Amino acid sequence: MSAGKLARTRNGVPLPRASVPRLDVGELRRAVLDAASRGDRLVALFGVPCEPGRVELHAVLADDSEATLRVGTAVVDEAYPALTPECPQAHLFEREIAEQWSVVPEGHPWLKPVRFARPARSGRDPFGRKEGEAPVAGVMDYYRVEGNEVHEVAVGPVHAGVIEPGHFRFQCHGEQVFHLEISLGYQHRGVERALVGGPDKRSVHYAETLAGDTTIGHATAYCHVVEALGQTRVPARAQALRGVALELERLANHTGGLGALANDVAFQPTAASCGRLRGDFLNLTAAVCGNRFGRDLVRPGGLSSDVDEALVARMLERLDAAMRDVRDSVELLWDTASVQARFEATGIVSVDDAEPLGLVGVAARACGLERDVRRDHPSGVFRLAYIPVSVWQTGDVFARAYVRWLEVQRSAVFVRDLLESLPAGPTRVPAAALAPGSLCVALVEGWRGELAHVGLTDEAGRFAAYKVVDPSFHNWSGLAMALRGQDISDFPLCNKSFDLSYCGFDL
Amino acid sequence: MFRILENRLRQGHRTVAYPDAPPELPARFRGLPVLDATRCEDGCRACEEACPTGAIRAPAGELAIDLGRCLFCSDCVQACPQGALAHSRDHRLATRTRDALSLRAGHSLELARALDGELHRLLGRSLKLRQVSAGGCNGCESDVNVLSTIVFDLGRFGVQMVASPRHADGLLITGPVTENMHLALRKTYDAVPEPRIVIAVGACAISGGPYLGHPEVHGGAAAVVPVDLFVPGCPPHPYTILDGLLRLLGKLGRGAP
Repeated sequence: MSAGKLARTRNGVPLPRASVPRLDVGELRRAVLDAASRGDRLVALFGVPCEPGRVELHAVLADDSEATLRVGTAVVDEAYPALTPECPQAHLFEREIAEQWSVVPEGHPWLKPVRFARPARSGRDPFGRKEGEAPVAGVMDYYRVEGNEVHEVAVGPVHAGVIEPGHFRFQCHGEQVFHLEISLGYQHRGVERALVGGPDKRSVHYAETLAGDTTIGHATAYCHVVEALGQTRVPARAQALRGVALELERLANHTGGLGALANDVAFQPTAASCGRLRGDFLNLTAAVCGNRFGRDLVRPGGLSSDVDEALVARMLERLDAAMRDVRDSVELLWDTASVQARFEATGIVSVDDAEPLGLVGVAARACGLERDVRRDHPSGVFRLAYIPVSVWQTGDVFARAYVRWLEVQRSAVFVRDLLESLPAGPTRVPAAALAPGSLCVALVEGWRGELAHVGLTDEAGRFAAYKVVDPSFHNWSGLAMALRGQDISDFPLCNKSFDLSYCGFDL
Repeated sequence: MFRILENRLRQGHRTVAYPDAPPELPARFRGLPVLDATRCEDGCRACEEACPTGAIRAPAGELAIDLGRCLFCSDCVQACPQGALAHSRDHRLATRTRDALSLRAGHSLELARALDGELHRLLGRSLKLRQVSAGGCNGCESDVNVLSTIVFDLGRFGVQMVASPRHADGLLITGPVTENMHLALRKTYDAVPEPRIVIAVGACAISGGPYLGHPEVHGGAAAVVPVDLFVPGCPPHPYTILDGLLRLLGKLGRGAP
């Protein structure tokens, strides 16, 4: 029962940092492995600089069945025994710790850079680079399959479409992919580093552009951290409207994603209309705040704008009209044999891979894993209003598409209900200063999956550290698994079915 | 098959009438800022202090905003006690030079003029662009992508996004140009045959945007390659990007919507 050594909290409930147990690294390791073996998910594992030259590891786990979070820390110097061999969902977190803090997770089977960023602490380079040698994006040891007729295909960072940069390296035998390795970091802008010392006037703008297509989701998670640490009580009307905005973001991105999947199998009717309809949902958000992506809407203490009855009526009318057209266009996908032939049994991720890798969001639910922060760790309006979890079992492109369609329908109903029963009152209160020496974890179910923000304050109530985990951080590994044994020509389709963020990963 | 045709009929023709008709913008759209320095109280620098990117200068008797840094948020508007700043619904923001983006109270914005002589002859009727995201958050990228949907139908203006720089007449760059994309951007630019143009879309690509001053980024496209068109916004509305492209190609005259 070593998991019992960890502090317990809930989504959006702050803890004094002094109450978070500082364990010996062996104890922390055992506690995390114990919790993970009981089904906890590793939400975040990250380093924070502490007393001269050392690093304090923080582990945050989620027990979805009990709506509980567990937190523990341990201080390390240059190395510690890696968790990854026994807990694969730690693999990227431990690479990140090595890259940022020059701490080696010993025994890590796949220790490579994550973002090709300079370390924030001097020490032995975990990747064997010479002292003072700057990291170069994409330059690392790639996994390589040797043998006759085995060939390698390298794609990116600049891709053919209008899309963010990333590098993909395939080990192929003919058309068949043996292995795909994904190397990112091209979008690294230093967001987490810049959030330290805040909150300041740029902080919320960083949150809004962490992943620009998830402006509402990330800004909401950021505001939850700030509001919890300041004990700011957000008015009910603002919480309801944040829920509307979050689900509109899901509607826009899922609709656009279904259209893009149709495009990738050359099914133009759905591709053409969903490309347009995505914009109809974005324009609903713009009707509220003036910006299609919801910039300037979610602010600490509530929202920067309100809606009146006339606007709500117009929004409901436009929502219904858009949903009629979306239904008409998306349902064609399920009735068209040529589409189904490409979607079904393509890019399968088994639940036996999805669970240990810690997949979240649509990618997890499409493998039959019932994970949804809105139900499991509800915050804001989701504590009062229920939205069913959408699940499919097959783990293929079809499942990822179909889960998105289920969510589109449920989100539309949810938005309609919320708009029809908006609580009265203000939409914003002043946000109070942050409590010193505290820690808060905020989880929000963004359209891709779980957004995790962890804020730690110093003695002056400024951010001593700020950790962001975009769902893409977990889910890129799912895409790599989906490509195993697949034809390389299915890559664009598989990639689109995950629809992951590059900058959300690169930060 | 029958259902597909039915769907097609129901969906109908959806391309916007722009530029023959004015663009349809949301009532709360934040476009070109309107500055009124006469309202400023002496010594008040509330807008300057509120601006997240240092886009505003408000020394005594003056008020100026750098649209290349502006995120078109409402932080300055909310901070100003005198109502000296407001956003109009004017979506036209693109300029040919970085300096032209410095908007001073009492002055109007010098919108982008068309390409000159030979470049206009070569590219005015057919412009192929390669898009490079160099640290963009997928906001600008998404609203560039939208131009190729049936709603805006960029192809009708002779503009097309192409898959390779070798097929392109120029680059459309988004993002603050991260250190990690610096080399790739340079190589992509070098791969575009001459003569070539560069279009910087969004606050990040013009100045670094919210990432201005970060050691991880280069502060915009112009730090790496010469830029011919600047399109402000965070992200710019698709109409703002389209307006810039059409002005560059000489397809919008004075008094255009």
